[in-house]
Amino acid sequence: MTRATAKQLEQLDALDIPGKSVEAADFAADLAAHGWNEILPTELETFQMNLGRICNMSCRHCHVDAGPDRVEQMDDEVLDACLRALDRTAAHTVDITGGAPEFHPRFRELVDACVARGKHVIDRCNLTVLRLRRCRDLPAWLAERGVEVVASLPHHRRRNTDAQRGAGTFDRSIAALRQLNDEGYGQGDPDRVLTLMTNPAGAFLAGGQASMEGEWKAALARDHGVTFDRLIALNNMPIARFQEWLVASGNLRPYQLRLVEAFNPATIPGVMCRNTLSVAWDGRLFDCDFNQMLDLQAVDVDGSPMRVGDFDPGRWREHGILTARHCYGCTAGAGSSCGGATVS
Amino acid sequence: MSYYKPDHLARFPEIGEGAPALAEKFFDYYGAVFADGALTAREKSLIALAVAHAVQCPYCIDAYAQDCQEKGADLEQMTEAIHVACAIRGGASLVHGLQMKDKADDAGM
Repeated sequence: MTRATAKQLEQLDALDIPGKSVEAADFAADLAAHGWNEILPTELETFQMNLGRICNMSCRHCHVDAGPDRVEQMDDEVLDACLRALDRTAAHTVDITGGAPEFHPRFRELVDACVARGKHVIDRCNLTVLRLRRCRDLPAWLAERGVEVVASLPHHRRRNTDAQRGAGTFDRSIAALRQLNDEGYGQGDPDRVLTLMTNPAGAFLAGGQASMEGEWKAALARDHGVTFDRLIALNNMPIARFQEWLVASGNLRPYQLRLVEAFNPATIPGVMCRNTLSVAWDGRLFDCDFNQMLDLQAVDVDGSPMRVGDFDPGRWREHGILTARHCYGCTAGAGSSCGGATVS
Repeated sequence: MSYYKPDHLARFPEIGEGAPALAEKFFDYYGAVFADGALTAREKSLIALAVAHAVQCPYCIDAYAQDCQEKGADLEQMTEAIHVACAIRGGASLVHGLQMKDKADDAGM
């Protein structure tokens, strides 16, 4: 763990937040109070690969701290190890993320390899990347392979989108959505699924995605002639760049308090760390992408840190999932995951 | 010293101590009112924000500013909702001017 990631955890632990089950908010204690002395994996459904931290954007909420100045990128050895590990699982979905995963030199080769294995492939796309010359053909290319595009769009209106992702982002995102629509995405075709993903542009929880979806569809169709298939809403994690903003704006404690107060035990069985494996660009294994950014590497039952090169699905099923205070982000309200809310 | 105490908002359920059955009916009703229906939860939250300003309740303003954001409203939508409250309050004052005008016309030459 680096000094920077240790400091993030320390900042959360140092907050004076009253607990629900013990005096000070403690995630493990809240789990135990509801009969979960530890969280163990279930069936591995999603094999999530973080190809690196290079991105054309530097969004204010980004838990990856991604940006154009980052250099970390998955190398050939790790990428090949991922495919070998994937072959040892029954995971039905490969979730490719970053940074902007499309910048990886083997992105298209990786997608083809996963599609050839019969996997459902997700490209976590920031939309604006599709406006770059080198990626203009990607919507058609992805459509031919049935890849689901999970596209970040904080809001169906300009203000909050640009506030979170930078001036001009909204217009470029709408243009990218039109590119995707032109290739058949977002019109109900199961082989051209366009999912929009919204994170709140501020220190508040994500809204009810089912309630918002209809409004988003109506507003984007009416105002921009754009369609999509489904909306997922994620809470922002109080880590990395978003934590920096929370500290600078005086919102860290109020936000963490909000997450703790909204703790919903009904979300525990469906937390994504139980059915998702997260592989870092450098081959380390994590229980989720957030633990990855905090360097909370998954630990094997023998106490050794887990790496994709040594992946053993049986041992993965037995290892205990690591939690800390940031995990309240996934158990607040309707729950939050890379697939959106976890309870209705 | 203010009569308003911010912690009263979080302590709102304590009002049930004096009349639990009535409080239960009220909070059940309250929850049902704000559920998705013919109007969406976001639309109802924007109405609540406007009404909060009309009745000038600081607790409600805090609560529904946050709730509107969590329901997916942005600052422009929230501000427009408040202008609706403002227009109705202002219009309500101004339309009473006709009563004034009638009175003045009756007494005037």
